[in-house]
Amino acid sequence: MKILVCVKQVPDTSGKVAVNPDGTLNRASMQTIINPDDMNAVEAALKLKDELGCKVTVVTMGPPPAEGMLRELMAMGADDGYLVSAREFGGSDTYATSQILAAALDTIGIDADDIVFCGRQAIDGDTAQVGPQIAEKLHLPQITYAADIKKDGNTITVKRILEDGYMTIKTQTPCLVTCIKELNTPRYMSVSGVFEAYSKPMTVLDYNALKDHPLIDATTIGLKGSPTNILTSFTPPQKGAGQMLEGNDMATCEKLAGILLDKHII
Amino acid sequence: MVENYNSAAIAEFKNVWVFCEQRQGKMMPTTFELISEGRKLADELGVNLCGLLLGDNIEGIAKELGGYGADEVIVCDHPMLKNYTTDAYAKVICDVISEMKPEAFLIGATNIGRDLGPRCAARLHTGLCADCTHLDVDMPIYKDFLRGASTLPEEKIEKMNTAKVMGEDHDVSRDLKMTRPAFGGNLMATIICPRFRPAMATVRPGVMKKAPFDQKKADAVKLTKYDVKLEAADMQTEVVEVVKAAKKLVDLIGADFIVSVGRGISKDVEGGIKLAEELADVLGGVVGGSRVAIDSGWLTADHQVGQTGKTVHPKVYVALGISGSIQHKAGMSESECIIAVNKNETAPIFEIADYGICGDLFKVTPMLTEAFKAAKASK
Repeated sequence: MKILVCVKQVPDTSGKVAVNPDGTLNRASMQTIINPDDMNAVEAALKLKDELGCKVTVVTMGPPPAEGMLRELMAMGADDGYLVSAREFGGSDTYATSQILAAALDTIGIDADDIVFCGRQAIDGDTAQVGPQIAEKLHLPQITYAADIKKDGNTITVKRILEDGYMTIKTQTPCLVTCIKELNTPRYMSVSGVFEAYSKPMTVLDYNALKDHPLIDATTIGLKGSPTNILTSFTPPQKGAGQMLEGNDMATCEKLAGILLDKHII
Repeated sequence: MVENYNSAAIAEFKNVWVFCEQRQGKMMPTTFELISEGRKLADELGVNLCGLLLGDNIEGIAKELGGYGADEVIVCDHPMLKNYTTDAYAKVICDVISEMKPEAFLIGATNIGRDLGPRCAARLHTGLCADCTHLDVDMPIYKDFLRGASTLPEEKIEKMNTAKVMGEDHDVSRDLKMTRPAFGGNLMATIICPRFRPAMATVRPGVMKKAPFDQKKADAVKLTKYDVKLEAADMQTEVVEVVKAAKKLVDLIGADFIVSVGRGISKDVEGGIKLAEELADVLGGVVGGSRVAIDSGWLTADHQVGQTGKTVHPKVYVALGISGSIQHKAGMSESECIIAVNKNETAPIFEIADYGICGDLFKVTPMLTEAFKAAKASK
């Protein structure tokens, strides 16, 4: 049994974000981090490993430096890593990305008792689409927004969070589950883990490794295989600065209440 | 059925559809927002607006959709559609779409819509834009939107009639233009799906305005029953139970007044929340929170305002001890009046606040509560 975890390296959007004059993101100026929800997916996999002794495989699609992220995850306890990387894969939207990742996962091999974990969504695009789209391409059952995961033999029981409560859902392996931050608190890398990380197997899946897979052809990958196009991107204008009220005492508060009353706001 | 379907045969696709999400037989509020928005888009395209309603014994709630602008509701009634499952809902929706071919399909970006949308888009081989906050078809209207909502220069906006698609100029005038925040709200992007149909969008709840209800239109709406084909073999998952949250969740989206707390309450969390509640009570509103307040466990997730929480546009938004990260602003900058209280006079929240008070929220908030109470009593 193994757990395949799909992860993504993303720009840290919580820090200062620089935008180029043409409205695109200045990625070079930004720190990259492991997508936060993906950390919860990795932790969920490592918890099952602690419990059941299964193998944890981390998979990412991205440029070659993303290998460093996979090593970090190995230092947390993942057993091996796959970097899916090729010029041909660039420019992919969620549909094309899912197509490529599904082909990669299928090439690695998904056995009857395996599970695929993904984070709910990545903080750069916030789409939450790649997990379900991989599941569709591989004909796997999907459970999204998982806040609790239990495995009993080949049966998986998941608490799926809704805005107004939750659902408990049961399915059989192999399946795909997307994880949210309520699921767990990711562990840190261990010192011995860091030492071991560089001796663990790392495989690069490039275009040649995947090109004969039935899911991969020119009409389904990269920019040309993406059903969506960006018409334009832009930055919103700054709203004009308002009024800074003088002081911070009762008189200031009464003045504010008076203004709002006059304007029929309250 | 989907196997014989060609999403690239664009000319065969017509009409705007809305997925009408219901839970336990009760329509989700975002459904009415999407029907209202869908009406606008259908008028711009000169086509019909159709609601797609799935559930068990739900025909009774179908007509109401006409009152918000639907010309027709396709009703898919089946015992296996009682609770939402990805398997059954995706199968039925893909069956209906491949048979009846809408050109645009809108889904509320709820936890259910964002599970369903990508699965359907992948099966139908079409594009899906996630969590949209603005939708357009008509070019002059779209350009006006860009003039107000972007810093793009006029000459660039003027040239927006075509896009490079597969190396060629593509006329975007009939494409659904789907606008959404990216990179935590630092950038906005407009996405099109030029080569495949339907163009699909999940739409953020609370953003689109609900139209006034019209009983005459509700009475006149056409109901079409769809012959649902589902069997046990279609199901890979089983819903064991559906549990509604015991505590009543806060309705941030429908609130006219919101008092939100952030990191500034950390030295006395309970006290800070109590002060916010008292101010919210006087205003007749509810309490919200920034990501810090939710991630620290001070408030439950239903209170979260911002890019990863809810988008709100109340009459008054009071930010107490919230610095105003771009993520937070993405969820509240459209409020009619923003009042910010913060100790730090350089806090970014003051850049968008209509009224700012630089001071300790623990001292200022009780005074605001008292002043608002007195002002309202004097009316």
